[in-house]
Amino acid sequence: MELFGDPGQWLPLTFAGLMGLSILIYVVLDGFDLGVGVLFPFADDGEKDMMVASIGPFWDANETWLVLAVGLLLVAFPTAHGAILTALYLPVAVMLIGLILRGVAFEFRVKAPTPHKRAWNTAFFVGSLMTSLAQGYMLGLYIMGLEQSWATWAFGALTAVFLTVGYSFIGATWLILKTSDVLQAKAVQWARGGIWGLVLGLGAISLASPLVSDRIWDKWFSVPEIFALAPLPLMSVALVVLLWLALRRLPTSDDSWAWFPFVASIVLFTLAFFGLAYSFYPYVVPDQLTIYEAASAPESLFIILVGTCVVLPMIGGYTVLAYTVFRGKAQELRYD
Amino acid sequence: MDTLLLSRIQFGANISFHILFPTITIALGWVLLFFKLRFNATGEIKWMDAYRFWVKVFALSFAMGVVSGITMSFQFGTNWPGFMETVGNIAGPLLAYEIMTAFFLEAVFLGIMLFGFSRVPGWLHTLATFLVAFGTTMSAFWILVLNSWMHTPEGFEMRNGVAFATDWWAIIFNPSMPYRLVHMLLASGLTVAFLIAGFSAFRWLRGDQGRDVRAGLKTGLMLGAVLIPIQIFAGDMHGLNTLKYQPQKVAAMEGNWETDTNVPLLLFAIPDEEARENRMEIAIPNGASLILTHKADGEVPGLNDFVTPEGEVMHPPVAPVFYAFRIMVGTGMAMLLLSWASVAIMARRRDVGALPRPMLFVMVPMAFSGWVATLAGWYTTEIGRQPWLVQGVLTTEMAVADVPAPFVGTTLVAYLAIYALLLSAYVFVLFYLAAKAGKGEQIRLRVPQPGEAIARQVPAE
Repeated sequence: MELFGDPGQWLPLTFAGLMGLSILIYVVLDGFDLGVGVLFPFADDGEKDMMVASIGPFWDANETWLVLAVGLLLVAFPTAHGAILTALYLPVAVMLIGLILRGVAFEFRVKAPTPHKRAWNTAFFVGSLMTSLAQGYMLGLYIMGLEQSWATWAFGALTAVFLTVGYSFIGATWLILKTSDVLQAKAVQWARGGIWGLVLGLGAISLASPLVSDRIWDKWFSVPEIFALAPLPLMSVALVVLLWLALRRLPTSDDSWAWFPFVASIVLFTLAFFGLAYSFYPYVVPDQLTIYEAASAPESLFIILVGTCVVLPMIGGYTVLAYTVFRGKAQELRYD
Repeated sequence: MDTLLLSRIQFGANISFHILFPTITIALGWVLLFFKLRFNATGEIKWMDAYRFWVKVFALSFAMGVVSGITMSFQFGTNWPGFMETVGNIAGPLLAYEIMTAFFLEAVFLGIMLFGFSRVPGWLHTLATFLVAFGTTMSAFWILVLNSWMHTPEGFEMRNGVAFATDWWAIIFNPSMPYRLVHMLLASGLTVAFLIAGFSAFRWLRGDQGRDVRAGLKTGLMLGAVLIPIQIFAGDMHGLNTLKYQPQKVAAMEGNWETDTNVPLLLFAIPDEEARENRMEIAIPNGASLILTHKADGEVPGLNDFVTPEGEVMHPPVAPVFYAFRIMVGTGMAMLLLSWASVAIMARRRDVGALPRPMLFVMVPMAFSGWVATLAGWYTTEIGRQPWLVQGVLTTEMAVADVPAPFVGTTLVAYLAIYALLLSAYVFVLFYLAAKAGKGEQIRLRVPQPGEAIARQVPAE
């Protein structure tokens, strides 16, 4: 444990990194399948089946990243876990009920009698929407330092809408990749409609977080940091422009470049995530509790880390296997 | 009602709802692997038909388990922050290992198991089925390690009110873990045995008497008949372990107020905690002493030993533990009777069809007997741990969050409504699927060659 210096320093940092990685993977992976759920009302019945087929084999594993993220928060930073989750009590409950609804709707919509299918489709949409909105609201409140006031609630409402649009955007780009013909063309339309929400969302968060906290302002807008960090927003702008250009040309006749919007969205989400992580480091509860103050005992963290080093590559390996098995255009889901 | 009581009801409701589904998936995963291996070995289509029907039940149960499990992982923080703040150094790594070694494994391979049949080679599909079953069992292992540690904590020391691990081996193999794990895995096996028998009986009674239904009925009843005596023995061992480490729980289970020898076994009574005595006792003399000490004049602990001189009650509420224990044991006896009687008839007449109709009618409601027994058993052990959250370390009251009661009350109502809805939908869909399979609507499958994937046509580009 002493190998890399003081374990009280590097272990909390490592776990903050692991937790951040899980959150990022979660936001990208569950982001696209939540987004597909949010887009449900715009599709007809046959398209709905194909949309679910495109995420069916993956959604369960995608959600497991949320469990890992909150699990890491729980195990590595127990005091922060309590503080954050009790402050976000109601939105967490909304998110959980949303996750329950959409998770079971996957199964019920194809197993219940046909007349009930419409109701379960609605449950799938409502659940996805509740989850996305609740997560966006929590993001907003977190950026506002978990303060409760009309202003922070309003900002939370704003980020709730923007994150939902962001999810539906990455969901649409997933559908561009995984579907063909009419549905693919529709997905391109949805993505065109969603990109503005994405831009506004990224803009709102980028503007609000330095304005709320002097500390974050100083981290971004002092010399020389401002020059070192400039590539982050510039790359984001460039990506948005490329996405916009790509969406004007898609779908192509030979389906080339269908992968591009999805990959570009992942990069965009990743950039935004790094921006946020940079703003908040070293705090886990904004401006109240650092990762070093909130960390569990080094002995306990170390024992988790050993397991993580062995298991995480395996998880990566079989996740790749699953995406390889179900690669290509989505097909009807069948058990035989 | 105050935040503590509401939070307890909320967590109790949540975990009760949750446990119904892992109880099914833990053992059903292995039964599916059995069906798959039988099909691989014999090539008989009935095994694949049985697989195909029960894999739907598995998928549905799995989804229900996942979503209610996610809810619980959050409620640790939203409702019980004191738990992780006090024992997080021990509970944390155990939960982390559960997520990493079990959740991802089952979630990823579930996709391949459910939808990969025609996309991957046969061996990989069988392997995926195995890994899902293995993952659910690993998950049960880790969570039962943590739960057992909360009952019989070892391998730690307290510094400034926070638990620190000193011996991970002692933590993982804490005194009650082996008993609890075996008891729960057997409970899962029994739940699935009677579920399969019950729904096969339902299909049989509806005139769907195909070879797969026959195979299901036989598998379920045989499994039940084999597991139930082992479970009764394991349960007895678990009880003796509890007597050693949590005597106050055993005192509540037996409804015994005063420590004494020659304690009778109460078949029925109404424990009155106000008067600290039982009313309307029906008892077998020396029974409790015999069961717990294997001697007629053995000493059985009494509840009155667990009241402090100041009058503070440090034993669990008696009536719920007392009744829950009797419901569990009673259900177990019904399982024993039904499974042994039916297996005897099947063995004598060498035919599943020889089972009398009334017996099949009884099997249908008994499909859910595993749920009843499992819930009753968990209520016995968990309410029996009160007022402690972690025995001797942390009381439930100390761990509760400082959240306004109306918040907890509102979310509780929402959860209860959704659980009631989903549970009804689940049971309804199970019967619907069984009835539909009976009408022959199930597509007779394209027979795959074992070990060979079938290329599927890709829809037009």
